[in-house]
Amino acid sequence: MQIERPRDLDELLAGLDSHPEATLLAGGTDLMVDVNLSHHRPETVVALRRVDDLATWDDGFIGAGVTYARMEAGPHPALAQLARTVGSPQIRATGTIGGNLGTASPAGDTLPFLAAVDAEVVVASRGDRRRLRWEDFLLGPKHTALRPGEVIVGVQLPERLPQRQAFAKIGVRQAMVIATVNCCVVRDEDGKTRIALGAVGPTVVRTPAAEELVSSQQQVSATMLDEFQRLVSDDVTPITDHRATERYRRHAAGVLARRTLERCLPR
Amino acid sequence: MSEVTVSRPPVRGGVGESVQRPDGIPKVTGRFEFLGDMHAEGMLWGATRRAWVPHARIERIDTTPALALPGVHAVLTQDDVPGHRYQGQALTDQPVLAEERVRYWGEAVAVVAADDPETARRAAEAVVVELEELEPLTDLELARDRGEVFRHIPVRRGDPDAHGEVVVEGTYVTATQDPAALGTEAGLAIPDGQGGVDLWGPTQWTHVDLTQLAACLALDPGQVRVQPCRIGGAFGSREDLSLQTHIAMLALRLDRPVKMVYDRTESFVGHVKRHAGLMHYRHEADRDGHLVRVDAQILLDGGPYQLTSQAVIANSTFFAVGPYRCDNVFVDGYALRTNNPPSGAMRGFGANQPCFAAEAQMDRLADELGLDPIELRLRNAITQGDRLATTGQLIEHPLPTDEVIRSVTAIPLPEPEDDDEPLHLPGGTGLTTPRDRVVRGIGYAVGLKNLEFSEGFDDFAEARVELTADGAVVHTAAIEVGQGMVTVIAQVVRSVLGMSRVEVAFDHTGQIGSAGSTSASRQTQMAGNAALEAATVVRDKALEAGGGDHLDDAGVWRGDTLVTSLAALTADGPIDHHVRYRHRPTDEPDADGQGELHVDFCVAAHRAVVDVDPDLGLVRVVEIAIGQDVGRAINPQQVHGQIEGGIAQGMGHAVMEEVVLDHGVIRNASFTDYLLPTTLDAPTVEAALVEQPSPWGPFGAKGMAELPTMSATPAVVAAIRAATSLPLTRAPVHPEDIVTGPHDAPE
Amino acid sequence: MIVTLEVNGERRTAEVAGWESLLWVLRERLGLTGAKDACQQGECGSCSVIFDGQLVCACLVMAADAEGAQVTTVEGLADATDLHPVQRAYVDEGAVQCGYCTPGLVVATAHLLTEHPDATPDEVREALAGNLCRCTGYGSVLRAVAAAQGASDPAGADREA
Ligand SMILES: Cc1cc2nc3c(=O)[nH]c(=O)nc-3n(C[C@H](O)[C@H](O)[C@H](O)COP(=O)(O)OP(=O)(O)OC[C@H]3O[C@@H](n4cnc5c(N)ncnc54)[C@H](O)[C@@H]3O)c2cc1C
Ligand code: FES
Ligand code: FES
Repeated sequence: MQIERPRDLDELLAGLDSHPEATLLAGGTDLMVDVNLSHHRPETVVALRRVDDLATWDDGFIGAGVTYARMEAGPHPALAQLARTVGSPQIRATGTIGGNLGTASPAGDTLPFLAAVDAEVVVASRGDRRRLRWEDFLLGPKHTALRPGEVIVGVQLPERLPQRQAFAKIGVRQAMVIATVNCCVVRDEDGKTRIALGAVGPTVVRTPAAEELVSSQQQVSATMLDEFQRLVSDDVTPITDHRATERYRRHAAGVLARRTLERCLPR
Repeated sequence: MSEVTVSRPPVRGGVGESVQRPDGIPKVTGRFEFLGDMHAEGMLWGATRRAWVPHARIERIDTTPALALPGVHAVLTQDDVPGHRYQGQALTDQPVLAEERVRYWGEAVAVVAADDPETARRAAEAVVVELEELEPLTDLELARDRGEVFRHIPVRRGDPDAHGEVVVEGTYVTATQDPAALGTEAGLAIPDGQGGVDLWGPTQWTHVDLTQLAACLALDPGQVRVQPCRIGGAFGSREDLSLQTHIAMLALRLDRPVKMVYDRTESFVGHVKRHAGLMHYRHEADRDGHLVRVDAQILLDGGPYQLTSQAVIANSTFFAVGPYRCDNVFVDGYALRTNNPPSGAMRGFGANQPCFAAEAQMDRLADELGLDPIELRLRNAITQGDRLATTGQLIEHPLPTDEVIRSVTAIPLPEPEDDDEPLHLPGGTGLTTPRDRVVRGIGYAVGLKNLEFSEGFDDFAEARVELTADGAVVHTAAIEVGQGMVTVIAQVVRSVLGMSRVEVAFDHTGQIGSAGSTSASRQTQMAGNAALEAATVVRDKALEAGGGDHLDDAGVWRGDTLVTSLAALTADGPIDHHVRYRHRPTDEPDADGQGELHVDFCVAAHRAVVDVDPDLGLVRVVEIAIGQDVGRAINPQQVHGQIEGGIAQGMGHAVMEEVVLDHGVIRNASFTDYLLPTTLDAPTVEAALVEQPSPWGPFGAKGMAELPTMSATPAVVAAIRAATSLPLTRAPVHPEDIVTGPHDAPE
Repeated sequence: MIVTLEVNGERRTAEVAGWESLLWVLRERLGLTGAKDACQQGECGSCSVIFDGQLVCACLVMAADAEGAQVTTVEGLADATDLHPVQRAYVDEGAVQCGYCTPGLVVATAHLLTEHPDATPDEVREALAGNLCRCTGYGSVLRAVAAAQGASDPAGADREA
């Protein structure tokens, strides 16, 4: 195995240019599980943790190398809430938002946030930089639009993010658990609401009908919340696996969405 | 034995004190050498080729591609087993490596030894194994109907025509639980250059391993030294052999040391699990709530090989009613052969499954009668002078069922919570649940279990106590797996001798006879009594030789005068004594399952308090209180440690721990998906110890470490039932069971 | 490939296969078997070490990427004569049974008390949620942390006989 340990973006992109098929290593919390238990043996690795440019967090731009520990202490409530649910302190110390995007697990916990705020994923290769809307980047379970020779540089959030935002996640442990359903809601002052859910489809999903129902309303009534819950349940496409049944996920998605929305409504 | 007097003044480190473990400091500094930390000069690494299908015919095995890899020294299959080709504690029916058929998912087919683990793993992968897949048998009722029965135990006691006015009936399921000891299986075999081998492997009973290993290796028992090992937990999973025969075969073939370590996934298929159970119960009572009749059918999933299933089903059958009086009892217990993963011992050993079902039945009965569930249990509580409902055995000695129930109910309930701290709410950091959606539930369960081996088994434990100028050493082959036997034995001997300088030496199979298994809640009484008897003789010899009336670290005293120092006393050699201790004999059950089958019994009562989010099915176990019969707490700190640890395992099985099986395939063979309770899941524990000395234990002690697990599971599920008003007949309870119905429920 | 790092204050060099984990390198290449391997998937915390000032699972650190790092393992906590206060507390409170989780828990606790000496009982529980223990049920562990903090019993984890 060969490893490159670039210190800045130029060095990184140059390295990727000469090894476009290299395996990128950030915090290693996904990759090393693959190496240890599935005996994945990469030939060339490009290690990202020394690349300062990836660790920047500039208002709306969050570098790919930003760890959960930093997100937990960051300015966006929903991002902080989700970061707190990821793994353990050990995982949060090293696991990154770029790695979560790179893995693109249907249950990835940053993804509902990124989808709910309509974030863009910024990717770069030597001499090229692309900004992809989240849904153009996340193509399916563990499948992204990243091309050989490209790296995720970070995510770009929209200019103004509503402070009314909330994240929730279901798992059968009080912590340290992969989501059976996760959910993020953001709501503007004018009522425009966006909701995204994970682990209930091949990748993170938005439920437009439910969003529309509550977006035009300043006051959301109990009947409307019932309807919102039902629309979310109807719109998701979960599967049954060893973690939960399709039926439970569908039901829980509705309940969780409703409760998360409730947290974004004025009391 | 309990009449042995404690010498005065009370000795430091004796019975009743919370003595610290001698291995505590090595363990906190990382210096303690566990199996996986061992190293031998020139050692090779072993790896296992497994078949990842639940049932198949083996068409062809070709080892040549593996052998062709550089760095590979040997590849062995079942054809290479030098001696008897099967292992197992009772019936040797498990092929050392798969023979003709693969009978469970992950069964070992071949083993390799290579220069390093990576090469060994690649070589294992390179072994060609051609299989023709067969339909796996995984349904318990089908297995029973097809006669795939390891053992059927009928219990027929009382009047078949007796009936009660109030009847409750139910079917209950407990899923497979993994012991999930934190240390995975690891071992080292070192050939002795004379055809024999020294073996360190995960074990709870070195001598039972020895019998099997010597037979499989075609060696004299004296040529195999099974070493006491240092393992990261056991809980039953080390009672059966895992990798021992494999590494011994490789080491002997190559005349080089061979080490093997299982990774977590392999560990899931490499050790036995708690049997899944399917139980049908019918309880009948009179209007006052006295049990009149209990009918039960208990099916346990043994997996493909017998291992300890014949003894596990005995516990299920004989403890089918729990700690209650009942004169008319009809039980059929079946241990069944399937293509699910092999089951065996796990903390509680077959008494847990019926405890889950029978305690749920007691709650139903209470409901039906309009009685408080505690009151119903007290009305039926078994005690000294009663007969065990199933076997008819007279309970001759203290059995404080009533007291453990009363002591647990006397513990104040936790305060209701009203804060919004997510850690105090179901769902935890996931922020799923607002406080106003939480419903609190309280549930109770009581468990009864035997101590020691039963059914006429010739159960013994050896110990040798040796007194020298430096103090006393207790030699034993009993295995310390973390439970704290090391301190218990030393404390007993200190109290007998009146000396604080007492150490425990763990001997290999060539140095001392068997201490029996570290299981069945037996070592405190068995190894403890053996040590007590040996120490008593040593003390008496020393007093006689020295002409005194008591002993301490200085020597032999007469009144206030030191008459002989230890050095002078042992100048001609150590004073020692070797004991083979046997507990009182027990019967084999007759055709109706009747007889004096058990030595001694132990009870505990649990109260669980849970907070449930009924809309999402999430549960937080807030607190578990326990009243526990311990006979006498030799080391109170350790007793509490066993209680807290046992409760965490029992509560884990109530709300999260399940080996998810899909036609014989484990879908969650990793710690990502086989969830163990974390610091945030484990409840606060409040314990009340009931001390009524047992005549069978040293200083009145009873084995106690299984019960905290046993009745915790039904208590937690009872609490969830109380919160949700749902029947919840399966453990663990998954969120879907609370909100949408289980996996297999019709849409 | 050769990796150089500082372990417990000493410069150490090891010949490694690059994809190996730091845990493997510590245990098999450098002879430091204190950190334990119980899952290799970041779930149990038995392999916890302090890596450039952060608590990490050594099983998830790629050896080749550990070049130049400063690592503290359980072996580096006690000095030649005295136990670290956290180690002392674990022994005193009976927080050690089989001991397999212990090195990881001790390192995690020591790290927590450096970063956050006044952690509340809830914060302690949350901080240790990545360290599984199958034996103790954590009651004694939480009492040990409280003892090491110099406080009395953590919330509700008291016991009575
Ligand atoms: C015990 C444990 C618990 C976990 N719990 C959770 C959880 O609760 N929620 C959750 O969502 N995840 C969880 N995970 C998964 C993991 O921690 C996250 O997905 C994390 O974000 C991965 O980040 P990383 O930096 O460690 O990625 P790495 O493992 O380094 O990389 C992951 C993948 O992304 C690629 N990659 C990394 N960085 C980039 C980049 N800049 N550009 C392009 N590709 C890149 C890598 O090549 C690799 O394919 C858990 C993992 C473990 C081991
Ligand atoms: S071995 Fe690293 S977390 Fe389990
Ligand atoms: S003491 Fe055994 S796992 Fe913690």
